[in-house]
Amino acid sequence: MTTTDAYDLLVIGAGPAGFAAATTAADAGLTVALIDAGHSAGGQFYRQPAPALNASRPKALHHGWRTYEGWMRRLAAHVASGSVRHLTNHQVWAVERVPDAEPGGSDGGFAASGDRATLFVAHALVGVEAARSVAVRGRALLLATGAYERQLPFPGWTLPGVVTAGGAQAQLKDSLVVPGQRVVVAGTGPLLLSVAASLVQAGAAVPAVVEAADPLRYARHLPALLRNPGKLVEGAGYAGTLLRYGVPVRTRHVVVAALGTRRVEAVTVAKVDRSGRVVGPERTVACDTLAVGYGLDAQLDLALELGCPAGREPDGGWALEVDDGQWTGVEGVWAAGETTGVGGAQLALAEGELAAWSVVARLRPGLPRNVPARPVRQRARLRAFASALQGVHQVPRFAEQLRDDTDVCRCEEVPYAGIRDAVTDLGATDPRSVKLLTRAGMGWCQGRMCGTAVQCIVSELTAGRAKAVPPSRPLACPVPLGVLAEQAGDPPG
Amino acid sequence: MTRTPRDLAGARPGPAFTVRVDGREVDALPGQTLAAVLWADGTTAWRTTRVGGRPRGAFCGIGSCFDCLITVNGVRDLRACLVRPEPGDVVSTRDDD
Repeated sequence: MTTTDAYDLLVIGAGPAGFAAATTAADAGLTVALIDAGHSAGGQFYRQPAPALNASRPKALHHGWRTYEGWMRRLAAHVASGSVRHLTNHQVWAVERVPDAEPGGSDGGFAASGDRATLFVAHALVGVEAARSVAVRGRALLLATGAYERQLPFPGWTLPGVVTAGGAQAQLKDSLVVPGQRVVVAGTGPLLLSVAASLVQAGAAVPAVVEAADPLRYARHLPALLRNPGKLVEGAGYAGTLLRYGVPVRTRHVVVAALGTRRVEAVTVAKVDRSGRVVGPERTVACDTLAVGYGLDAQLDLALELGCPAGREPDGGWALEVDDGQWTGVEGVWAAGETTGVGGAQLALAEGELAAWSVVARLRPGLPRNVPARPVRQRARLRAFASALQGVHQVPRFAEQLRDDTDVCRCEEVPYAGIRDAVTDLGATDPRSVKLLTRAGMGWCQGRMCGTAVQCIVSELTAGRAKAVPPSRPLACPVPLGVLAEQAGDPPG
Repeated sequence: MTRTPRDLAGARPGPAFTVRVDGREVDALPGQTLAAVLWADGTTAWRTTRVGGRPRGAFCGIGSCFDCLITVNGVRDLRACLVRPEPGDVVSTRDDD
């Protein structure tokens, strides 16, 4: 392995943060590998219809389309010139740091320990079949791995027809389908309005949007809101669509149960107080689908494995701590987008740009520094907005609604009673012990679906004595044993 | 007026084809994910859980939860929300064992 086949910058994730960073870095003359699991750049927010569907108006499913088109033109030019290599349908499962074997290879590489320069090697599974893994080398690393939707358990949440709100929208944007004919949209956060608006526009009926938060709490954050008129217009646009289609939005309400035998047939909705505790009478809403989500959790697996420090966010989620240049504090590793605090696509674009400028300054110290002021300003005001939103859209109390037999971990089918007994009878005081005792979080999804719930339940049962740690996973996705065996057979370096 | 996602996005996909799901022909459009094909067919469950024997289908829709695992042309454990079927594909819903 030599630096000659290494890119200046590896960007993991081609969502808004990743494509903005790759494009900006290439503008400044760096060579970039942009590695992403999707078929097109865009991430989940700008997820594109599958090319074979030949959609002439993809913008009908998107907000901020012109911004996206502008970036895509610039990215395409860099891909055409060879300065950016965009690896689509590649899912990175690990990034390792290896010594640079090239004798003169220390130029630009990072000396993490001693004076030997190091390179990053990203290992990516190719295609959905994932039968093969490729290694891509780079001098600097930018993690733009995005987020997945935070879920909370409730009776009936494992019934077919219960889907994540983001997933319903992803399949709509990608494959032009709706998950059902009558879709209740529930949970908390700004995503819900966007999902409900696109579902009604695409022909589904939405009998209700059920939002746990109290909109009056926005009043506490007026300065941050008023600095972001564009965001307010976006929200008002979704609200206007819902009004036009007669979709009622029930705030301070939660779905307490999904009802049905082979699939969801109705949901039970109840009013909650300011702490998110159910206080009101229950009512039943008929539906064939529930699209639900309680905010976003950043995908931090690769970053945590590399030792990047993370902290708690206002909504309880985890985010990487970065400096003004989006540097993580780990030599050679930058991060942008949802990984450094969930805040949406516009914030991710600004952070991606700023991360790229910081990488350029580090790799090409001779170049004049010309970091534009615009993304710095955008980042400041959008972070204030994101933090206000997170303050409003907190995870509601949910454990009281769980029955003993409600599965908390979907993969391993671990019911609430199992988690509770692990804490109260067996003395577990943190999610990791609960996992070892019950297998909750040990299945295919590696705790992505139940992690928040287990953390909240343990914390509640131990009266807050539970130690909160960010969820680390040695492999960012399941890797076939055959692929791992091949890696083991490969001498390192 | 009946609205469809395809009208909304102005899609003009190539000719529809069928995939064989547990012996049944199901219509698909080129490019769509298998989960989307099954949703469009009105199918929401295609897996049975190991412990409780409960029906499951797509949940997260973005490849994170692995609830939608399915077998295509004999290849097991593929995520239906990511895999894109081609004409003549043989799909079987699986029981964990």
